[in-house]
Amino acid sequence: MAKVLRWDVLVGALLIAVFAAGSLTSPGFATVDNLSFALGDLGEIALIALAMTMLVVAAEVDLSVASVLGLSSALVGSLWDGGMAIEAIIPIAVLTGAVCGLVNGLLVTRLGLPSLAVTIGTLALYRGLAYVVLGDRAVAQFPPDYTALAVNDVPGTPIPYPIAVFVLLAAAVGVVLHATGFGRALYAIGAQEQAAFFAGIRVKRIKLLLFVISGTVAAFAGVVFTLRYGSARADNGVGIELAVIAAVLLGGVDFDGGKGTLGGVIAGVLLIGLLRNLLMLGDVSTEIQSIVTGLLLIVSVLTPRLVSLVRPALKGSP
Amino acid sequence: MSGAPTLALANVSKSFGAVRALRDVSLELFAGEAHALAGENGAGKSTLVKTLAGVHRPDTGQVLLNGEPVVFTGPADAQQAGVAVIYQEPTLFPDLSVAENIFMGRQPRRTLGRIDRKEMHGQARRLFERLGVALDPEQPSRGLSIADQQLVEIAKALSREARVLVMDEPTAALSGNEVARLFSVVEALREHGCAILFISHRLDEIFSLCQRVTTLRDGAWIASEPVAGLTHDDLVRRMVGRELGTLYPKEAAELGEVALQVDRLTREGVFTDVSFQVRRGEIVALAGLVGAGRSEVARAVFGVDRWDAGSVSVAGRPLPAGSPTAAMGAGLALVPEDRRQQGLVMELSIERNIGLTGLGSLRRGVTISRTAERDRAKDWAVRLQLKFARLSDGVGVLSGGNQQKVVLAKWLATKPSVLIVDEPTRGIDVGTKAEVHRLLSELAGQGIAVLMISSDLPEVLGMADRVLVMHEGRLTAELSRADATEESVMNAATGRAA
Repeated sequence: MAKVLRWDVLVGALLIAVFAAGSLTSPGFATVDNLSFALGDLGEIALIALAMTMLVVAAEVDLSVASVLGLSSALVGSLWDGGMAIEAIIPIAVLTGAVCGLVNGLLVTRLGLPSLAVTIGTLALYRGLAYVVLGDRAVAQFPPDYTALAVNDVPGTPIPYPIAVFVLLAAAVGVVLHATGFGRALYAIGAQEQAAFFAGIRVKRIKLLLFVISGTVAAFAGVVFTLRYGSARADNGVGIELAVIAAVLLGGVDFDGGKGTLGGVIAGVLLIGLLRNLLMLGDVSTEIQSIVTGLLLIVSVLTPRLVSLVRPALKGSP
Repeated sequence: MSGAPTLALANVSKSFGAVRALRDVSLELFAGEAHALAGENGAGKSTLVKTLAGVHRPDTGQVLLNGEPVVFTGPADAQQAGVAVIYQEPTLFPDLSVAENIFMGRQPRRTLGRIDRKEMHGQARRLFERLGVALDPEQPSRGLSIADQQLVEIAKALSREARVLVMDEPTAALSGNEVARLFSVVEALREHGCAILFISHRLDEIFSLCQRVTTLRDGAWIASEPVAGLTHDDLVRRMVGRELGTLYPKEAAELGEVALQVDRLTREGVFTDVSFQVRRGEIVALAGLVGAGRSEVARAVFGVDRWDAGSVSVAGRPLPAGSPTAAMGAGLALVPEDRRQQGLVMELSIERNIGLTGLGSLRRGVTISRTAERDRAKDWAVRLQLKFARLSDGVGVLSGGNQQKVVLAKWLATKPSVLIVDEPTRGIDVGTKAEVHRLLSELAGQGIAVLMISSDLPEVLGMADRVLVMHEGRLTAELSRADATEESVMNAATGRAA
């Protein structure tokens, strides 16, 4: 019965509606330049959302991603300032993210702590470390070849390089989630962890891996962010975990795990991106933007619940 | 049985979409009678209960209260009219006391709206006295056994002056003593003038407790009649609509080498020094009271729980502790006690559930082959005669018996050499039960070693080549098929010398 009104289809429709509304109300909106910029501006959120999708499907969450992004950015700045080659810095930063994810994962799987609590803790911890690494300084003047990579489009297309990376990764995650045993296991873990464990699925190992992936991707996003803005700061990306989670939930992934599709999440990410872009074009203050993100988050959690409450009442249930 | 029935259904029909859950069903419950409702899974018992409880409204037909037609607009309405439903597993507030649970929302008050605890505890105590049970009203509900939780629910119903108690499979999770205590409570309620509708898959209970029985089959009313004069077979025939072969058809199979060897297995505070072996082709039953540690032994053997000392080996090779993945690899399979939490992922489809134990073998290259996944599910669904509409349907829509078949399918598809089944027929209907028994016997015939945990004594005695009995975490007896009797098993299970 849910086939008629699938949530991800609904979000897709909403996406088209917002796009149409934007084209009509804002003259600068539906241009290739602006959309290309909007995509680029979405890069970090989109990348992190991929890893977050897998975590939330498995009924876990990582709130520390923005702080890992910040820590990665601070490391890049500090090491660059110290004279290290950018080719060496990037792997170090990404690896640090993997370690951050490993710490989250170990706390969750070995000590059995809820990931919501663990990653709120490490959200503060990793951001604090970012300040220890770089202090209040901002480091700039990165090599133009690299900043160009973070900003420019793939030649002949309006697609910025980070988004091209996202497309490749999204294809991979789509296959993993919807066509591999690993993906099947994630849905089973999210829906009924005990039954998954009883079926011989290595629940803890899989969760640990998800946290490591999440940390790694967040740190990579930190590198992209730093190069795109040409500025390394400890407070880079503060608060974007909320935009990421809003996109994932808006995409129809159930916060309780076990449900959702990658297609939905991509629609959710684009929806968030378009809305942010529209608000920006309309010169709406960042405070209002943050209010909109918050509202979207609540709406995306609330609506499926309301639908599931209303549906049986309409249809009658056996 | 004179006068109007306390509560009755007259020619009630109820459909959900294309499914006709109840067709022209009538039922009369009189004050002072215990009335059994019999039928296989999917016969319409739950729908009938929900109609009495005000959850469903009949499409046609009437609900009659003391002979007068009534319309229950919701559960609160039915409760108001004196109908109470006691479910198999009650949901109490665990952090509140027993008395607080009983009087939730209706606590006796003192001035300024303060709760009068003394009065509340006194009333609760008097309720328990009336029921003839010893429960402390002041103790917290957390940690109460399921049996005690049911008593709290019954006391709650009584405090609301319930005239009709509907008990939906109350004994499914109870041990022998607890069942006996529940029965004496039901007797007390009858003397008190309550009408009781009693649902159970254990036919013996219907015969020992109830005066009349109504049978449903495929949503239709089959018969309402006095229990006296009916035989076991009569009742089964009415439920199933056909003759059943013998319920417990374990055939002698040739015993092969030792498949599962458990040596002095100990998990501190749970079970101690448990040693036994199961040969290929053998069905070994693990009997005992609920809480004796049987499921815990099974869980440890399969690696779901760790063990502190001892060893487990499969076909002579030792198994590492605490790894279900390794146990599966060695050829072990566990059909767990709790279908909904451990056996199945309720949100997933039939095929996904069956595929869950074969994620490795269903792989073609990197991805899962949808065809292989579907074939595996179809193959086993046919072999186990699963009743389903589409393999992509959620397992949640299946009846209990069919859900259990999915769990069995999921494990048999791994081609195990040792199959552990924990309460394989709990809460499933007679027809499916016979199928499961036949299946287990067949599997043993094919050389699989079967370890069966069961609280159903006739099942244990009928199916097992050998019976192991546990009491308080220790093996207290090992009985051959010839020596195993209801008496010898119960003696060992209760700790009396065998």
